[in-house]
Amino acid sequence: MAEIRVESLRKQFGDFVAVKDSDLTVANGEFFVMLGPSGCGKTTTLRMIAGLELPTSGRILLDGEDVTFKRAAERDIAFVFQLFALYSHMNVRKNIAFPLVCQGMPRADIKARVEETARLLRIDHILDRSISGLAGGDRQRVALGRAIVRRPKVFLMDEPLGTLDTEFRDLMVRELRELHNRIGATTVYVTHDQLEAMAMADKIAVMNRGVVEQFATPQEIYDRPVSMFVAEFIGSPPMNFLPVHSSLAKGAKTLRVNGAMIDVPEVREELAETELALGVRPEHIRLDDSSALRGSVFGAEYLGTTQIVTITTEHGPLKARVPAAVRVADGDTVGLTFRGDRLSLFEKASGRAIDTARRLGGAHG
Amino acid sequence: MADVALKSVTKRFGETVAVDAMDLTVADGEFVVLLGPTGAGKTTTLRLVAGLERPDSGSVSIAGRDVTRVEPAARDVTFVFQQYSLYPHLSVRENLAFPLRSPARRLPAAEIKERVDKVSEILGIASKLDNRATRLSGGEMQRVAIGRALVRRPAVYLMDEPLSSLDAKLRADLRLELKHIQHNLGATILYVTHDQIEAMTMASRIGILNEGRLIQIGTPREIYESPRSLYVAARLGQPSINVFPAGLLPDGGVPAGTRTIGARTEHFRIAKSLNGKAQAKVDWIEHLGDQSHLHLSVGEHKLVTLADPHTELKSGDAVTVELVSPLCFDAAGERIGGGHA
Repeated sequence: MAEIRVESLRKQFGDFVAVKDSDLTVANGEFFVMLGPSGCGKTTTLRMIAGLELPTSGRILLDGEDVTFKRAAERDIAFVFQLFALYSHMNVRKNIAFPLVCQGMPRADIKARVEETARLLRIDHILDRSISGLAGGDRQRVALGRAIVRRPKVFLMDEPLGTLDTEFRDLMVRELRELHNRIGATTVYVTHDQLEAMAMADKIAVMNRGVVEQFATPQEIYDRPVSMFVAEFIGSPPMNFLPVHSSLAKGAKTLRVNGAMIDVPEVREELAETELALGVRPEHIRLDDSSALRGSVFGAEYLGTTQIVTITTEHGPLKARVPAAVRVADGDTVGLTFRGDRLSLFEKASGRAIDTARRLGGAHG
Repeated sequence: MADVALKSVTKRFGETVAVDAMDLTVADGEFVVLLGPTGAGKTTTLRLVAGLERPDSGSVSIAGRDVTRVEPAARDVTFVFQQYSLYPHLSVRENLAFPLRSPARRLPAAEIKERVDKVSEILGIASKLDNRATRLSGGEMQRVAIGRALVRRPAVYLMDEPLSSLDAKLRADLRLELKHIQHNLGATILYVTHDQIEAMTMASRIGILNEGRLIQIGTPREIYESPRSLYVAARLGQPSINVFPAGLLPDGGVPAGTRTIGARTEHFRIAKSLNGKAQAKVDWIEHLGDQSHLHLSVGEHKLVTLADPHTELKSGDAVTVELVSPLCFDAAGERIGGGHA
């Protein structure tokens, strides 16, 4: 069990700043995900926490103890790379026991620990089977078992599900999170996949170009993104942006978008006339023939319970998530309305989120 | 006409029957997606159509012509693989033009240029035409590989998980594009994937494979709403269909012989318990961003449904759960009573 604190952490490779003065606190027992595109600095940050990379400046504290310059082996952590690497010539028990055998743990202790781990993963009935005969899901559980059997203070995982089939990935995402609920070990997990992050994390740090853009719970990040980068990175399909040229007055509750008046959350700052982006999540768009805002259907992607409809408008393409029962055909002209209380506003040049009742509502209770 | 027909095609590798008496027809201009887990026989089916494998029995015909014994090059098909294979020493333009320069085709230079320009436009790689192929990102390379198939305009396109190496955003963009390209060209595509989203969003019809056999084929809506068996039902839908013994929940009457119930979000009526009577407890609500999953416990059984985006439910709440026309399956996992479709 451990708390991880990262203070003004910085890493330069020559002229390139991989991580810019990051501050993060991962609470004891938390499942923490660092999310961002490749090159954003997430893996470098993870490697510094692991002790595989030394920071240029800043500190790393593990349970209050400064470990910044301690070697990886002296930090009580387990680094999980790809989950599926197993020794195919050994049986399940030997695979799970392997890290303990390497540590030189007494046999009886190993036996007890392996069996306890197997029970936790619900694979105790296959301990004496050979790896080659196992179904995919069980293989993943064995691999996980090998990672957790050491019981380190902290798990560090770098895209452990990256190469799995989507079907397996969904299953493993669920199992990883359930396992975490059971053992509660502090976990730092790196991924570029926002669905994995949203599904597993207690807290997410969205990183971009070496900087932590937002550090919050998944729901907070989804509902109240601080920037266009975050807004677009999270969500599938991502947030739609409608370009709007306008000024903003404190207290305004509507916005003029090419002649149509659109309800927005109450604006809480003054802004001179500039380029704005109105951010609309796909599920906050409704098809409504009475609306003045119109577009034509480019395509509909059936997903069973819902469908994603892509609509071409004079503001660019928009993606809407609507019930699958709504029948639309390519080329149909449709009207669009938005859920006004759920919209986001951004200053286009900086990408910064503009203060509105919606954005401030969450941060201040 | 460029339809594809497999007639009771069987292919064995040693003891393993990879494809088992498969009957499959892809109509001209149709986009058929074969869906199934690893080892279901999807890729082997594709390779049989391409001529990269010879069937042990049965026949393959393309556009009405029996091609079972015809060499791959003479079948007028293109194959897009999961792993892109580009000529590293050539530019993007030269890579795209390569299939058109084959001596068998001899297209005029102007036509080659036109086709290459058009395809690169569609795939969003027009600005990279003069780059060396090796200077591209993985996503761009795969688009070039798809582009190389598109420029040729063959009778049939065969695609083996062409999007699986791309990142999620690009995959979403290309799904829609590919569907449009297919529609606009009237192309016949046989496409293999294990990704249900790709199958549902692109296919005219989805073929569900299991252990070398075609279990069911139909439109995405048919497969989703009227699966023939539990196996098929489990292939589509996120969250996955809930499967539990009949009698666990009030169901308003199910056909005789029903052993197992399959229920998706739309088959549940869930409400907060007001009078102390409850079937289930809310374990947690999982916020996935775009959607939320509602996790329920009914005794030992766990259920997962899509939560209403504005749900008031929270962890620990007792809820009543009723089934509305769920899917019913017999002891063998076969569907009973199409009336519930």
